[in-house]
Amino acid sequence: MNNSILYRLDWWLVLLYLLLVTVGITNVYSATYNDTLNSIFDFSQPVGKQFLFFLVSVFLGIIVLSLNVKFFEHFANVSYFISILLLAGLFLFGKTVSGATSWYNLGGFSLQPSEIAKLFTGLMIAGLLSKFQSDLKSIRTLFKVACCLFIPAILIVLQPDPGSALVFLAFFFPLFREGLNYSYFLIFLSLLALFLITLSFQIFIAIGIICFLIFVVFFILKRLNSKIKVWPFLLVLVLSVGYALSVDYIFNNVFEQRHRDRINIVIGKEVDTRGVGYNINQSKIAIGSGGFMGKGFLEGTQTKGGFVPEQHTDYIFSTIGEEWGFLGGFFVILLFCFLILRIVISAERQNSKFRRVFSYSVAGLIFLHFFVNVGMTLGIVPTIGIPLPFISYGGSSLLAFSIMIFIHLNFDANRLNDW
Amino acid sequence: MIKKFFLPAMTLLTALLFVGRLISLQLLNSSYKLLSDGNAVIEKEIYPERGYIYDRKNKLLVSNQPVYDLMTIPENIAPFDTLNLANLVNISKSELKDKLVAAKRFSIKLPSVVVSQISKERNAIIQEKIWKYEGFYLQKKSLREYPNPIAANVLGYISEVNKNDMSKDGYYSLGELTGRQGVERYYEDLLRGVKGKKFLQKDRFNRIIGPYEDGVYDVKSKGGKNLILTLDSELQEYGELLLQNKRGGIVAIEPKTGEVLSLVSAPSYDPNLLVGRMRSKHYRELAIDSISKPLFDRGLQAQYAPGSPFKTLNALIALQEGVIDSNTTYRCDHGHYYARGVFMDCHCSYGTKNNLLSGIYKSCNTYFANVYRKIIDEAGDSIEEGMNKWNKHLKSFGLGDYLGYDLPVGKKGFIPDASYYDYWYEKGGWKSATVVSNAIGQGEILTTPIQMANFTATIANRGYFIKPHFLKTVSDGTYQVLHEKKKTAIDSLHFETVIEGMHQVVERGTARIARIPGIDVCGKTGTVENFIKIEGVKTQLTDHSMFIAFAPKNDPKIAIAVFVENGYWGGRWAAPIASLLIEKYLTGEVKRKWLETRMLNGSLLAEYEKPFSGQPFIINE
Repeated sequence: MNNSILYRLDWWLVLLYLLLVTVGITNVYSATYNDTLNSIFDFSQPVGKQFLFFLVSVFLGIIVLSLNVKFFEHFANVSYFISILLLAGLFLFGKTVSGATSWYNLGGFSLQPSEIAKLFTGLMIAGLLSKFQSDLKSIRTLFKVACCLFIPAILIVLQPDPGSALVFLAFFFPLFREGLNYSYFLIFLSLLALFLITLSFQIFIAIGIICFLIFVVFFILKRLNSKIKVWPFLLVLVLSVGYALSVDYIFNNVFEQRHRDRINIVIGKEVDTRGVGYNINQSKIAIGSGGFMGKGFLEGTQTKGGFVPEQHTDYIFSTIGEEWGFLGGFFVILLFCFLILRIVISAERQNSKFRRVFSYSVAGLIFLHFFVNVGMTLGIVPTIGIPLPFISYGGSSLLAFSIMIFIHLNFDANRLNDW
Repeated sequence: MIKKFFLPAMTLLTALLFVGRLISLQLLNSSYKLLSDGNAVIEKEIYPERGYIYDRKNKLLVSNQPVYDLMTIPENIAPFDTLNLANLVNISKSELKDKLVAAKRFSIKLPSVVVSQISKERNAIIQEKIWKYEGFYLQKKSLREYPNPIAANVLGYISEVNKNDMSKDGYYSLGELTGRQGVERYYEDLLRGVKGKKFLQKDRFNRIIGPYEDGVYDVKSKGGKNLILTLDSELQEYGELLLQNKRGGIVAIEPKTGEVLSLVSAPSYDPNLLVGRMRSKHYRELAIDSISKPLFDRGLQAQYAPGSPFKTLNALIALQEGVIDSNTTYRCDHGHYYARGVFMDCHCSYGTKNNLLSGIYKSCNTYFANVYRKIIDEAGDSIEEGMNKWNKHLKSFGLGDYLGYDLPVGKKGFIPDASYYDYWYEKGGWKSATVVSNAIGQGEILTTPIQMANFTATIANRGYFIKPHFLKTVSDGTYQVLHEKKKTAIDSLHFETVIEGMHQVVERGTARIARIPGIDVCGKTGTVENFIKIEGVKTQLTDHSMFIAFAPKNDPKIAIAVFVENGYWGGRWAAPIASLLIEKYLTGEVKRKWLETRMLNGSLLAEYEKPFSGQPFIINE
């Protein structure tokens, strides 16, 4: 290394990171504000814990920055193994909070391994894809990647915390970037569409719609090209109906009522504003009542009144919308945009495939969290309980995302190194 | 290429989608702001303390007393001994259990009333032990209190507003109190003050968690004004005492100022009855008593024929119109025939010759019949004009119309004019003899006691009066009313003879019992015939006892009218009562204990029973 890493560090990214954390601590302070709370150094209060985790993150981040970039490639397998162990260990030593066994209790602090698993799975995927012989067109590689993603995802679903498991979809972005076939994306979209159709209508009507759609597509293609064969369509039809039936079965017999409710609200089947739709409705009221300028710091009536459940964690964006108004919401959206784009641009200029894939994973994870979380608070995405990176209260999440950013900063500073 | 731009494109699209959503939620749709306020902000009214009421010597008449409601928040209740608590608050165990069930049904997080309006005394006991019962607390409320239970008819009472009140005056909302009667009603705007507003923030359980925006939108309440009345509470109390076991009214006025010193109506009630938990029960009892009518203010609302005191006014009118002078003399032969075959009795002995002075102090009917007929026949070119002149003079004394005093009830009384008799007798069908009963205050004339007190004050003032009123001032002096002098149509020089006549009434006439050593009292007795209908038959009852007076003669400090229903004759009840009141007011103590005792112990209850006994009865026995 010619110069100290400090000269090559992406200080703009550091600034974005610090801004987001500041927004987070400010709004966690407001969302948890009460008479006894007057200092962010009170470590028994959420905001104090959050601040402490930020300090720990920066400390670990400095260590991460000082490590040799090669270290992470060697460390990838080990870290992944550790995270799988941590996830599996939950079933033995985990702490159960509101039905999900997702935490280790560490004397006053809780550790959520699923957050750490995202980081380490990112390293693992980067390691897999950067192997000399790996090729995303080969079934062998695809199978490895799929296993690498599904093992932690399934462990997390079993907690049960399906929301956190869903986050592993974020790895689709680096995979796609590295040459995953478009058809996978189309298949994924079709499956999602079928899923929604099945849930939106009764099963027989849904099957009817599926048949109708496939026939329409078939006849249109037949017009354009008379040589087209019938049997692939029949196969698709049978698979689709089978898929619809199994979705219906899983939805009604495997899912718990709260999962069903969450999905039903978003597809518009439930409009019970006092019951399960309460969160989203109150969140929309909070944001909507903020207006252009917002009600001001600590002045949010929805926030103070505790009308929005889980406001300092998953619904933190509603505090921002209420107290800082459109300006605040817009500012936060802008920060996330800049952050994601800056990481992607840096990744594209990366010489090493390992580092590119990892940075891309970081961008993808941040994007997915941002999309799902803010979308949920705004009432356009189903209620999925995942945090807003850097902002939501939650030490594990802040720690995991901070370290992702610091690893990326390390990679970015060394992007011209060839090895 | 597409794979490189997929994530950036998605990011930008998502950002656009979110910003669009923010615009639609925050900038285009204002309903969320209202929803959030409805959710989280509660507007609470702050009630200022209702103004106190004092008498003219700053003696407290009406104040506020704290009472306490035992409240509960069901979710905070810890297991406790139901029987002990029931005993402590003085209700039965089952009642307490029912209340708790009802409270739980209402809300487990919001407070409910368990026992309302617990007295100060009981509260003191409960306060000491309430800590044992988690989830219960006492909440202070304010009720009216009457340290000196007098003048219920003047003070009035307050009660909760009804729908009608709320639609008339947007100021009120459900559960607020408003003045219903008396001063409480007339000066409601002064007494109630101005409500304040407090904006409080609720949480999702509807619990109050503190002021909204640190109270910048709050409006402070303005306390009600303390009223200082013109009443003299000692005089009022004494008047009420003297009228006990009688029915009637007393009105005492300070002539120079028009200030009402006392307004007694008997029977009355203890104002404390219309306060607190038993208010509606007591009110019903008072309201359905159609015989003694305690809610009916006899001083203001009872219309009686004025009787002989009215002669003073006829004398004044005759003097002013020049139809007699003070030497005009008429002969009385135990009465006289005022038309063929119609005789008017008088108690003057046969062959008495009366001039104006003796006509007044002997209350000679014959004399005033002649005076009155002279007014009607000679004051104008026709008897109609004479009648109307007479009417106009009386109106200038405030008779026949509302006086405009500051209490919400009253009656006009009645003074007939020419058109009235034209209507009843057809034009030309009546003569001065037809209406001669007016000469002696019987006939068609009706007056209320306060009107009589007012014309007495007018005579005392030698020709003017100031509208009687009950509010002297407010304690902070921010409310002032100017009271103008109202001149009568009688020149002041004519009053001296009449006043001397009234002085002689007390000195050697019909009201010698009203003499007070050392004080020149002027008065005039009245004995008023009256009739009611019993089962459709017009029946005469025992005469009303009537007396008007003022004193001292040369510098009148008090003018008074006393009316005692079915009190036989003026000198029997009304004159002594008036005299005692004057003595009390002017000297501060009553020396004539024998008279006082007779008045206090005297009862007319047996008299009032007569018409309802169903038995034949004799009057004026």
